[in-house]
Amino acid sequence: MLELHNVKKTFNKGTINEKKALQGLELTLQSEDFVTIIGGNGAGKSTMLNMIAGVYPIDEGKIILDGTDISRKPEYARAKYLGRVFQDPMKGTAAGMEIQENLALAYRRGRKRGLKWAIGKDEQVFYKEQLKALDLGLEDRMTSKVGLLSGGQRQALTLLMASLQKPQLLLLDEHTAALDPKTAAKVLALTEKIIAEHHLTAMMVTHNMKDAIRLGNRLIMMHEGRIIYDVAGEEKKNLQVSDLLAKFEQASGGEFANDRMMLA
Amino acid sequence: MSGVALAMLGAVSQGVLWGLMVLGVYITYKILDIADLTVDGSFALGGCVCAAMIANKGMNPILAILIALFAGLAAGAVTGFLHTVFDIPAILSGILTQIALWSINLRIMGGKSNVPLLKAQTIFSEVVKATGLTQSQVSLIVGLIIAALMIVFLYWLFGTEIGAALRATGNNEAMIRALGVDTRKTKMIALMLSNGLVAVSGALVCQSQKFGDINMGTGAIVIGLASIVIGEVLLGRLRSFGSRLISAVVGSVVYFLIRAIVLQLGMDANDMKLLSAVIVALALCVPVAINKWKIRSAYKEGGSDNA
Repeated sequence: MLELHNVKKTFNKGTINEKKALQGLELTLQSEDFVTIIGGNGAGKSTMLNMIAGVYPIDEGKIILDGTDISRKPEYARAKYLGRVFQDPMKGTAAGMEIQENLALAYRRGRKRGLKWAIGKDEQVFYKEQLKALDLGLEDRMTSKVGLLSGGQRQALTLLMASLQKPQLLLLDEHTAALDPKTAAKVLALTEKIIAEHHLTAMMVTHNMKDAIRLGNRLIMMHEGRIIYDVAGEEKKNLQVSDLLAKFEQASGGEFANDRMMLA
Repeated sequence: MSGVALAMLGAVSQGVLWGLMVLGVYITYKILDIADLTVDGSFALGGCVCAAMIANKGMNPILAILIALFAGLAAGAVTGFLHTVFDIPAILSGILTQIALWSINLRIMGGKSNVPLLKAQTIFSEVVKATGLTQSQVSLIVGLIIAALMIVFLYWLFGTEIGAALRATGNNEAMIRALGVDTRKTKMIALMLSNGLVAVSGALVCQSQKFGDINMGTGAIVIGLASIVIGEVLLGRLRSFGSRLISAVVGSVVYFLIRAIVLQLGMDANDMKLLSAVIVALALCVPVAINKWKIRSAYKEGGSDNA
């Protein structure tokens, strides 16, 4: 369903700050795969998601989604296929707009926007139901500005927004990293629920190795812009954090001190 | 009517006509979160186009306003093009268009810096003829009607799907792009709409004062910002979108009233731009200063038991 072929990206090419972020990435996802992605800082995890989303153009290679080559499509055009949740809770919602307005914006992802009223009458009922399912009491605050919500509430709302219009691929870029452990667990549970309910294909970058093992049906580890470990099914279920650490140590030549992965 | 009352009535009607310009500035400054300096140029553009069309071509005054509208839309499109296609910062794009417009405006008026419309037909002179009211009263009534129509139009527009996307562009550009909106288009629409409104305001002011002048837009952006600030202070931080649009026009009226009053008190008219700049600077400084003061006064050495 998603194919990455020899995807390359170098930032600041030809300067002293040159950074080879992706070095010939190869990846094929099956429909309804839920892939967790781990790796050290600068391994290219977020870059990979950003390249799929079209935030920056790729230098080389092909990105094919459900048979469509999207490698050279601009970000707003790819939005039709993608649901995205970012690390920063501020990034996924418009703070100065109402909860229902944010939902209505997301509901029209990939659709033509015209001169019809921004929120249809019957839509409000639908949004209320959806918010109720989040179990955060947001259904009674539909006209509150999103800026008044907490980080966890905003991430939950962003998740809902990303799945309101079923995406072909859901991209989660460390979407719980900025939350406290309790809230992070809630948002993760919600993530699982939404992915399962809508049968979504999803990619989730995380720094928490336990989560990476526990969630999803496939795990990939990245290092220096390449996928160095790719495991699925039973083998993945039986992984231990120590296995991953060993793998990581082996790949990076033992230098993984001072990395956030250790905290997990 | 006494001289003072007449001056005040004049100020109110001027404030309403300039209020359309303030609505234009509101779109870019408040909704899109861009300070668009095209405004000085596009206001004069509206006035100059209107004056040239009426004085030189004998054009119908309403048609002249429409031409001014299209000229303003085009001016906004130039700024939008520089900003969205070539990533020139919005402020610089606006300055470039504004400077270019100065020469263009002179050309439009046939090289003259001032084109009078003393005997020509204007929408105001026509209504004066038809109703027998005074020129100031007519400017006020016509201005109020047009301002009300514009507020209703903007209220509707920003309530639509496209309007919501425009508001979201100013609010969180990355997010609305991730939701499938081409933000180059939304910015372009907002800049065109804004400058179109500004040019219509310029055309109306030109017809009411009966001349078009190359310098009539100088400092318009500051008047716009000052009016928005005054409107916010007076009507509070109103929540509904419609009332915030109204407060922009009210701010403009109050601005011109303040201006008329200080002029009555004997202030030199040339100092008015200084006063406008001070009002805007104060409005921007005060909240920051209060915040800094709060942070500093919240600090207690060694902690406090009753904190």
